[in-house]
Amino acid sequence: MRQSVLTRAVIFAIAILAAIIYLVPTFVSPLPSWWSSFLPTDRINLGLDLQGGSHLVLGVKVDKAIENNVERMRGDLTNVLREKGVSGVSVERVGTQIQVKVAATNAERVRGILKSDFGHLVEAKTPQTTGGISEFYLTLSKEELRSLRDYAVDQSLETIRNRIDQFGVSEPIIQREGQENILIQLPGIQDPERAKEIIGKTALLEFKLVDDAVNVEDAIKNGPPPGRQVLYGHAGKGEGLAAEKQAYVLESRPLMTGEYIQDARVRPAEQLHGASVELILNASGARLFEQITAANVKRRLAIVLDNRVYSAPVIQERIGGGRASITGNFDIKEARDLSIVLRAGALPAPVEILEERTVGPSLGSDSIRQGVISFVVGSSLVIVFMIVYYRGAGAIADVALLFHILFLLAILAALKAVLTMPGIAGIVLIAGMAVDANVLINERIREELRAGRTPRSAIEAGYQHAMPAIIDTNVTTFLSGLILFQFGTGPIKGFAVTLCVGILTTVVTAVYMSRIYYDYRAMKGKLKRISI
Amino acid sequence: MELIKPGMQIPFTQYRYIAIAISSVVNLLVLILLFTKGPLLGVDFAGGTVAQLKFSKPVSIPEIRNALGELGAGDTVIQDFGQEGSNEFLVRLQRTSVQLGELGEEIKARLTKQFGSNGFEVRRIESVGPKVGKELREKGAWSVIAATIMMGVYIWFRFELRFGLGAVVALVHDVLVTVGALLIANYEFDLTIIAALLTVVGYSVNDTVIVCDRVRENMRKIKRVTLENVINTSINETLSRTIITTGTAILVLVALFILGGGVIRPFAFALLVGFFSGVYSTIFIATPVVLLWEKRAVARK
Repeated sequence: MRQSVLTRAVIFAIAILAAIIYLVPTFVSPLPSWWSSFLPTDRINLGLDLQGGSHLVLGVKVDKAIENNVERMRGDLTNVLREKGVSGVSVERVGTQIQVKVAATNAERVRGILKSDFGHLVEAKTPQTTGGISEFYLTLSKEELRSLRDYAVDQSLETIRNRIDQFGVSEPIIQREGQENILIQLPGIQDPERAKEIIGKTALLEFKLVDDAVNVEDAIKNGPPPGRQVLYGHAGKGEGLAAEKQAYVLESRPLMTGEYIQDARVRPAEQLHGASVELILNASGARLFEQITAANVKRRLAIVLDNRVYSAPVIQERIGGGRASITGNFDIKEARDLSIVLRAGALPAPVEILEERTVGPSLGSDSIRQGVISFVVGSSLVIVFMIVYYRGAGAIADVALLFHILFLLAILAALKAVLTMPGIAGIVLIAGMAVDANVLINERIREELRAGRTPRSAIEAGYQHAMPAIIDTNVTTFLSGLILFQFGTGPIKGFAVTLCVGILTTVVTAVYMSRIYYDYRAMKGKLKRISI
Repeated sequence: MELIKPGMQIPFTQYRYIAIAISSVVNLLVLILLFTKGPLLGVDFAGGTVAQLKFSKPVSIPEIRNALGELGAGDTVIQDFGQEGSNEFLVRLQRTSVQLGELGEEIKARLTKQFGSNGFEVRRIESVGPKVGKELREKGAWSVIAATIMMGVYIWFRFELRFGLGAVVALVHDVLVTVGALLIANYEFDLTIIAALLTVVGYSVNDTVIVCDRVRENMRKIKRVTLENVINTSINETLSRTIITTGTAILVLVALFILGGGVIRPFAFALLVGFFSGVYSTIFIATPVVLLWEKRAVARK
């Protein structure tokens, strides 16, 4: 027994030391340099609700990405059919399907081309032939759809990560949530509105030719002719000339998109113009741009961002060197944000904000203060109650309670757990539950004493008989904590974590630690009387 | 110190029919309330926007309402929040014509017009789309149901089926009582309330475990007495620990309720009610169900 008490005491001493070491990074800052070279630096981080910041859940509209892809597929198919000299075909997109109408005599050829060149398109319905015309309905295969979906979400995530990095937020969390959602946490952010603006912009940049042959009013009234579309101008926030809400008739097919952008820079305002953003294209983009400008001298080239025409200058001559600029009457902030989104690239599909939680920093510090006060008051009440009710044994339970708090915080630090307001509430609540095991043990010891046992055997029996109930009660609470962890989001998860970890530490401190004390006294032969 | 004198024999089980009758009526009333009045759903569940505003000078609710004007398509609810005299208010918008992400800016702009940019502070703004809300609501309800069943299964596995059933009935009672109290006190149901309900489920089953543990022990020890007798002895023997374990938790919850601030108050309230109910239901609901089940089993033989 002497051996076992000593061993256990040493183990606990080591555990306490380890706990203190793990807690140092949380409470000491900055850490001395020798510390970080061989000791843990993980710390308890404050959740957004305590330090302030924004929590966003974005939904990626993957259907839109699929539609875009099908549209592109339709274009490819049209081209291939034309190249191979299949005449008299019409290829249209209906939602996410492609409808191909072809003379029945050519149907076999079309089928052959589809099979050899468009393997990822599958037939949505069986083809029909009426009046010498065959109709095919094509759609993307299931695997293709799935990978497209994944790609759209992953690519959006990557793009948003890029944008946030450039925007400059320390320690953001950006991760996929579920099938089509993206979770973003921006701690300590000062201007959430602007961040949202940058994150949420699709930033699809397109260069499209203006069709001056079509009358704009007619196009608005009667709808644009095939292959043309009507888009409106962009009104900037900057000073200078107010951009009118001008309408343009454009060729629907973009000559070039933003994927060739290598860099985007802000150019400060000049007279009569707001700030502008200069685009620097990569090598292949520069070549393409040169070809486009050479082929369309004297025509107007519209620069379209997210379906808004920013400018539509006349191409004076062939433009080499791969530089273009977007003017749009921006103020400098707007231009800077635009350059960020252009550099980071377009989102493959539009996103929408499904959930937003923003907390200002002052509320966070208030919450921490209230949490700490209720913790101190609550646990003091418990400590006093235990001493009043169980005297010596209560004091032992109180010591165990303090060690529990130490261990709980240390484990949270080691886990790099995020402390939230419900998490603090959890720590407070657990302080009230931590002594439960001691209550069960002490009540049992009292019973055994009443039954006439000696203190020593009463303690022995008390611990032994209280154990099953202690295990069962803690397992049930732990299980509900696990379910909560599964279900919860953000702050609630913080509560679930403190609950589960706290249950584990209370069992260890309340049962095993207090036992060491009694065993030590028994070893010394000083267990003739106990205060309980 | 001793709260409950040893050797006390309160014939708890005798009151079981009265207790079951009262509890059934209470639970029925809660259900009626739940389906007629319905829970006040927080933004987590209903969707919409909530903004917590703090003003530097005392302002009245009509003043704020005036400044905000017509923001939402539905009702705008403005209420006091936080401590007395802290000039904090909670603005709830059900559905808005403004896009979700832009509402904060809109609120700020309108208040600035009225109170100046230093006159107020938007301390917190939460917006949840309707789709998310519905999903969370369903998941939340299911997690509470799943936890309740899980507790029953655990007790079945550790003790006996009848104890598991008793525990489940008692837990359903505790959850309903808690929900009823929240309905009457007009607290909003949100994610923290689900967390509280799950904790109530996980914690109030503890007392049931303690009693079951004692019943099992006593059944081995004392033979040739009725189950009712054994149960009654067990409840009395474990009464002090039932009260004290829950009591210490209630001590900290009172501290949280009073001092923890506005966000935590409904959470602490739900736990307080649930834990109280847990003690009651262990004594007056869980064990009578065991007895009723026993009677049925005997009758069938």
